[in-house]
Amino acid sequence: MSPESQLLQYLISGLTLGSIYALIAIGLVVTFNITGIFNLALGEFVTLGALVSIALYAAGLPLIAAFALAVLIAAALGAVMERTAIHPARKANATILTLVIITIGVGIAIRGASLLIWGTHPYILPPFSEHAPFTVAGAVVIPQSLWVLGLAVVCVAALFAFFEFTYLGKAVRACVMNRTAARLVGINPQRLSLAAFTATGALGALAGIFVAPITFATYDMGFMLGLKAFVAAILGGVTNVPGAIIGGFLLGILEAFGVGLVGSGLKDGLAMIVMILVMLIRPTGILGAFRRGA
Amino acid sequence: MGPSGAEHNNFPGDEVELVLRNKNVILIVLIAALFAVFPLMVTSGYYLGILVIVGFYSIVAIGLGLLLGYAGQVSFGQAAFYGLGAYAAAILSGTYGWPPLLALAAAPLLPAAVAAVIGQPILKLKEHFLVLATLGFGILVYILMKEFVDLTGGPSGYTGIPYLSIGGLVLSTDKQFFYLVWFLAFLTLVGAWNLVNSRMGRALRAIHGSEPAAEAAGIDTARLKLKVFILSAFLAGLAGGLYAFYISFISPSPFGFHASIQFVLMAVVGGAATIWGPVVGAFVIVGLIEFLRWAVPVVLPKAGGEFEIIFFGLILVLALLFRPEGIMSHKRRKQRSEPDAGKEAAGTCST
Repeated sequence: MSPESQLLQYLISGLTLGSIYALIAIGLVVTFNITGIFNLALGEFVTLGALVSIALYAAGLPLIAAFALAVLIAAALGAVMERTAIHPARKANATILTLVIITIGVGIAIRGASLLIWGTHPYILPPFSEHAPFTVAGAVVIPQSLWVLGLAVVCVAALFAFFEFTYLGKAVRACVMNRTAARLVGINPQRLSLAAFTATGALGALAGIFVAPITFATYDMGFMLGLKAFVAAILGGVTNVPGAIIGGFLLGILEAFGVGLVGSGLKDGLAMIVMILVMLIRPTGILGAFRRGA
Repeated sequence: MGPSGAEHNNFPGDEVELVLRNKNVILIVLIAALFAVFPLMVTSGYYLGILVIVGFYSIVAIGLGLLLGYAGQVSFGQAAFYGLGAYAAAILSGTYGWPPLLALAAAPLLPAAVAAVIGQPILKLKEHFLVLATLGFGILVYILMKEFVDLTGGPSGYTGIPYLSIGGLVLSTDKQFFYLVWFLAFLTLVGAWNLVNSRMGRALRAIHGSEPAAEAAGIDTARLKLKVFILSAFLAGLAGGLYAFYISFISPSPFGFHASIQFVLMAVVGGAATIWGPVVGAFVIVGLIEFLRWAVPVVLPKAGGEFEIIFFGLILVLALLFRPEGIMSHKRRKQRSEPDAGKEAAGTCST
């Protein structure tokens, strides 16, 4: 393989990885904007999306039905999480720190449940299309990568339409700008919080379903994905959806090249270093605007 | 333990402090005596081994409790400090041939130094960012332990740790380690007790109450938080060094994210803002893990791996929802305003 096609290969795998990070990061940022907390359990919804759909497919459901059901289950679980853990804690005036630790606790509980149900072995989901991998300028492209990229594009477009053109989307944006003022004009932040956890749970599951044919699905796949999505979000400036998407792709590409340079063992370490450095040096993210008070 | 003992040591009124302190001294002596005779009565190596582990965890959890409950900062990377201490002790004594006791004494210095370096910038972060920075740091250290194969032996572990010996006495049995670990745990407990009842402890509580207010009162909050962070890393490293000599073989797996969660859980469940709480938390959590490892396979024979984390998660959520001050406290956080705490302390005085 020529050096150019090697680079292209890294770029392609970086974009694939990056679109997964970007998708989950969107979920993180939307929840953060509405509720003021990061849902650090979101990575586990990715796991659930992958494992539940695989289980349903294995049980004989058509692939599409298995996907839809898995997403619905994840959405329902997101709603349950908000109602049983986040909402009561908020009512008891829990600090942000407590709320964040609660989301970590929920995440661990889901991971433990996945471990009990599915064990430690990896599962495979068949690729969405039968097409064989093809080469572009010497770099190998697996069709599933295109599915993942496509999903990212569709989700971003849908979110854009939602925020720009729907009443609810505008309410969410109002909530982000000023929660008290939003309340004054009749927007209910609590209901939005429920909606945010539900919708981002579904989004996380969707990301898991799309990535499952590329990586093996295991009970602990979501933990690192969720953390890296956070890295993507903070790269983009935490409250900024386009920033999170760019951050996701940047991190994906950085990792893909990093694997080529420092080896796969240190790949996860690279993301952690990026995360800590960005938080310390440029907490506003690479895109600048940072509205922590939101 | 009576209902009015150590639990209230977090906010003692001035006039009752002496009484409480005397009560606690008696309590400490009693419990210490209980611990001293315990290995003579228990012949089961299993229980003794578990109590040794609880001792390690207690030392870590006391340090984390100071950080969490008094300085109001959180660390989701405490297992990294524990691991750094363990590897420092192992490598200094095993690879470099240091006398084991010297290696054990030096081991906590590595995590303490690391904490000093990373603490200054990291403790400036708040809430999510502090959680994630410490969590990320923990994962990074864990990855480095796995990847620096030449130094650490990588995922397959480090062997060749010599026996710990103190002046010709070779420590090789559970009973010997039990005494050593719990002696150090009690020293830690007494040290922590003195710390929180000192000027520094009051300053820490002021930080926990309100950082801007503490700052306005002339407390150098950043410096104080850093000190407690370093202390917590030092204690974790000490426990890690002891662990390495006790177990004589270490691998990265006990120093990962779940171990960090376990430490947070011990501090939170027991009540981070009490000195005893984290020790009680260590007993509860280790007891729970042992129970689950016995009970779950009975119900679900196929269960494998660290399935106990499901309960860790649930307990963490439930503890924070219903008992944010820990099982050692009687009241919920919201209800305890300062005047109430005073009344409560006065009440304990009259009983």
